[in-house]
Amino acid sequence: MKSKTSIWDGNFIYVIIAIVVGFLVGAILLVSAGIDPGLTYSTLFQGVFSEPKYIVYSFVYAAPYIMTGLSVAFSFKTGVFNIGAEGQFVVGSLAAVLVGIFGNMPPVIHAIVCFIAAAAAGAAWGAIVGLMKIKRGINEVLSYIMFNWIAYYLSNYVVMHSGVKAKSIEATKDIKDSASTVIQGLIPATGCPKVNSGFFIATIAAIVLWFVIKKTTFGYQLRAVGLSKTASEYGGISSSKIFMVSMALSGMLAGIGGAIQTLGMAGRISQFSGQESFGFDGITVALIGGTNPIGCIFAGLFYGAMKYGGNKLTLVNAPKEIVNIIMGTIIFFIAISLLLKRIIKGVQQKKLDKAKELTAAKEA
Amino acid sequence: MKKDSNADMSVEAIRMKGIVKRFGNFTANDHINLTVHKGEVHAILGENGAGKSTLMNVLYGIYQPNEGSIEIDGKPVKINGPEEAIKLGIGMVHQHFMLIQPFTVTENIILGSEPRKGLVVDKASAREKIMELSERYGLKVDPDAKVEDISVGMQQRVEILKVLYRGARHLILDEPTSSLTPQEITELMEIIKNLTKDGKSVILITHKLKEITEAADFCTIIRQGKYIDTVEVDQVDENRLAEMMVGRNVEFKVDKKEQAPGEVVLDVENLRAKDYRGVDILNGLNLKVHKGEIVGLAGVDGNGQSELVEILTGLMKAESGKITVEGKDIFNKKPKEIFDDGVSSIPEDRQKHGLVMDFTVAENMILQNYDKPQFSKHGILNRSAISKFTNQLIDKFDIRPRGCENRLARQLSGGNQQKVIIAREVTNDKELLIAMNPTRGLDVGAIEFVHKYLVEQRNKGRAVLLVSFELDEIMSLSDRIDVIFDGKIEGSVKGSEADEKQLGIMMAGGKIDEK
Amino acid sequence: MNGFVNVFGLILNGMLISTPPLLLAALGSVFSEKSGVVNIGIEGMMTIGAYVGAVGAYFTHNGWVGFLLGGIAGMIFGLLHAFACVTCGADQTIAGTAINFIGPGLALFLCKSMFDNSSDTPSLPTEYKLPKLFNGVFKSGSFGYNVLGTYSAVWLSFILVAVIWFVFYKTRFGMRLRAAGEHPEACETLGVNVFKVRYACVLLSGFLAGLGGAFVTLATVSQFRPTVIVGQGFIAIAAVIFGKFTPQGAFLGCLLFGLCNGLKSVLSAMGSSVSPNILSMIPYVVTILVLILFVGSGRVPAANGKPYIKSK
Repeated sequence: MKSKTSIWDGNFIYVIIAIVVGFLVGAILLVSAGIDPGLTYSTLFQGVFSEPKYIVYSFVYAAPYIMTGLSVAFSFKTGVFNIGAEGQFVVGSLAAVLVGIFGNMPPVIHAIVCFIAAAAAGAAWGAIVGLMKIKRGINEVLSYIMFNWIAYYLSNYVVMHSGVKAKSIEATKDIKDSASTVIQGLIPATGCPKVNSGFFIATIAAIVLWFVIKKTTFGYQLRAVGLSKTASEYGGISSSKIFMVSMALSGMLAGIGGAIQTLGMAGRISQFSGQESFGFDGITVALIGGTNPIGCIFAGLFYGAMKYGGNKLTLVNAPKEIVNIIMGTIIFFIAISLLLKRIIKGVQQKKLDKAKELTAAKEA
Repeated sequence: MKKDSNADMSVEAIRMKGIVKRFGNFTANDHINLTVHKGEVHAILGENGAGKSTLMNVLYGIYQPNEGSIEIDGKPVKINGPEEAIKLGIGMVHQHFMLIQPFTVTENIILGSEPRKGLVVDKASAREKIMELSERYGLKVDPDAKVEDISVGMQQRVEILKVLYRGARHLILDEPTSSLTPQEITELMEIIKNLTKDGKSVILITHKLKEITEAADFCTIIRQGKYIDTVEVDQVDENRLAEMMVGRNVEFKVDKKEQAPGEVVLDVENLRAKDYRGVDILNGLNLKVHKGEIVGLAGVDGNGQSELVEILTGLMKAESGKITVEGKDIFNKKPKEIFDDGVSSIPEDRQKHGLVMDFTVAENMILQNYDKPQFSKHGILNRSAISKFTNQLIDKFDIRPRGCENRLARQLSGGNQQKVIIAREVTNDKELLIAMNPTRGLDVGAIEFVHKYLVEQRNKGRAVLLVSFELDEIMSLSDRIDVIFDGKIEGSVKGSEADEKQLGIMMAGGKIDEK
Repeated sequence: MNGFVNVFGLILNGMLISTPPLLLAALGSVFSEKSGVVNIGIEGMMTIGAYVGAVGAYFTHNGWVGFLLGGIAGMIFGLLHAFACVTCGADQTIAGTAINFIGPGLALFLCKSMFDNSSDTPSLPTEYKLPKLFNGVFKSGSFGYNVLGTYSAVWLSFILVAVIWFVFYKTRFGMRLRAAGEHPEACETLGVNVFKVRYACVLLSGFLAGLGGAFVTLATVSQFRPTVIVGQGFIAIAAVIFGKFTPQGAFLGCLLFGLCNGLKSVLSAMGSSVSPNILSMIPYVVTILVLILFVGSGRVPAANGKPYIKSK
């Protein structure tokens, strides 16, 4: 049997199909709401591409999504569904901001310490859930959801605490300049006041993660546990240890995402009125990226750009929620691509069968 | 025709003619014919993958044939699904039991044709009907027990009751004896007699020749999807049947030279353990395996074999006792430590324990050794070394398809999956090799392969512990046979002097003190 | 003494109001999960139900009609989920995540296109909302007013627990749906159509989640706002896991949650010195503690999350 790999065997083509369908469905909705889809989409794309500064902004926007995407994708490798990236992101931001406000350190070092604090907080948030899973057998999805809300209210509590809260607004004080990751020198060049190092950090994280998963013995253990807990145990890999480590690492990634966002954008945390959804959006990024770290970079960019461009839709009176609908449709079609794959395979098989019958008939 | 046959040759129950079933390019059934009469036991013989199950799934409506016709009770029919098959009086008892673990016996039996009183499922009347059926055919069950708590034998009786409850007149039994004791097998044969006496026809799918000569009136042989022949069973002998099944002469005896066992490798003393429910499962087990010998552990499923193997390989913890390998204490150590102390194993369930099914063959080859300097340095895998090693083993152990290094284990046939495991474990070349049901579900060729390597390990002076539910396998390979019953060794005999009847009695817990 | 009774009444009132949305959604989730389909899209189904419920009542001037329409909207999303998971054998988590995007997205999109770019629907007058019981019988603020006189839909949701328990453990459908979640192949060999059973269960789960969402906009508050649901669907799922995938267990989980909520609102209303944010944490912390101390792990239906693809 010869096995040629056609594009229909991989996943990439289905992601592209899904994206096309997503925009189509969005267009249909827009038309039925009496909104010009052409205008809407061109606003969306102009919002991303028409000026270099917009493009730069899209990258800035993408960084935290790439991080939460990596967090979720990484957890998928061990068969864990990290729906708790949301909470890990929040405690990460919180830790980063607190160290940013109260720490007294030279620039760069201060920022690095903020990142370390965020990573530790996120890792701890993930590790608690891991501990509950291993020691008490408590379903991690359940505890993740609880810890998301605990993080949410914890953050609000800290933000509103005297000494942390800024005077006139419902937010923390600003972090010291020494902790900021905004790259000052780049502003005139890009015209974009919030250029920060987030995207570079996220890209490096993705590459490191890819290497760890693919090339190291630790990655081997992770994947083995994720694919078959029983066979790993048989092979001498302790699945509970791997679960612990991977859930903590996954939390760490989301926590770093929180630091990227707060140190590089607002420089403070405001009181939440609803979940900000960086973590939940990470699920989407991970899925569009095929749970591959490198895929997450592109998926995060796509997502960041859509979010950023979506903000400009108010200019043409189109609801920015159309972006969510498009994203949802894309995920939906990625989900059902299995069916699409089967259909395409079926058609190819039939063609093959026919060709075979023909040659058989000729020979006879 | 056998004297005690209940077959009524004047009434045709099932006739399948020229059945063809293709899956893509692969033809699983190539013009197969089958005729079964009322009250007849008709065996279908063939190796794994010969197409027996496909044929039965066609009869049961799970697959639609590409060509051919089916008649039931003399009427041509088209069977579009199990519901229709059930309506036509066909009942199938699957090899892998189709039982819902947390449901009771009664619930399992009535599922899909539940009697109702108003809105409520009427379990009381169902229970009565089940008791009546169970009495009539000698199928003892506890209708209120949960399936997860009952023995394998009873689970099988539940499966048979399931089809009888639906009024089946034609029963398909797919490898019904694969996990039964010799005694339970005898009981099953008795049940089959009772069924045919009542005018029911039975199709018996099997690759065990002895069962065919014992129970069947006719036998249809299938090889590689093709119809070979239908024979009257009392006109042929087992050798002839085997030849027709495999297509060549089969040597059942394994070539093995006498050799004196050396010093003790595995020493288990007074081992006690509880199973996952907290029930005593090993009750003071003693076992020794020496260098250069194969010790066969015979016994019925559920007497502590699985737990013993799990404890010996570190997957489960024991309560008390002593286990040493070449003097090194391995009691309740971790799998990794035990492996490093000199124990490798061929696990019972190759898809669950033996292989990571979605890993490539290469990744599976290093399952216990990924962190050894041979395959990784400073925590980074050495791909080329792994690839070279894998290709060597693929060649040496004839794993197919060739060059399957980067294929997923899932994409290999069962026999080749087992070859991957054998290749890995034999190459580990540890002092002790534990093999549990190493040939389950394999065809004759693959079985010969596995046996060859077990004997080779023995001849090299390694200790081999073979745990198997197949008595034939134990008897043909073992230098010594220990029989396990109720978590203890019930008796021990020399392999060359073993006698099936005697082993059967011990497996059921009966001591043979006199003689 | 009277004061104590009244405070107790307030706590119960808080519990009675905050339990039904969770409970309805949780009951829906039990249907889906027990039949073998993980439904993480409950959140999205609740949100669309909340929106359609509010709009339905706004246009028909009838709370009950709105309530029902909310359920139907949820059911349509259930259909989407069923198509992906049952027909296409999709990864159920991915499909559910998609629903969680499309549901809220569509709700807000429709809201903005129908109500002049506003993200809130117009506030509903009391007579368009779901009705309360014993109107005028009890004195406002009394125990009876707060507890017995609450929305009739509250009691309806409690009655549903009993009904669904009956369906699960006494009827043919219940037996089959539990079997489908354990061993779909076994069902198929017995002529039980796993596709139909799972479709029915996922549709029901959407319907109930939609009702849960509609309860929020038609009783708890009186309009649709972007934040009315946020997170409640996930808490419902948590309650189901907490309740070990049984309707009665999920009920217990939701009550515990509701009780903590009631306690929280009374404490903060009474001007407790504890920060409202800390009080808001109570339900989540209590859930975690109860799990660690008493509940432990539950048995997930054996075939849960595994797509079942029939071979032909």
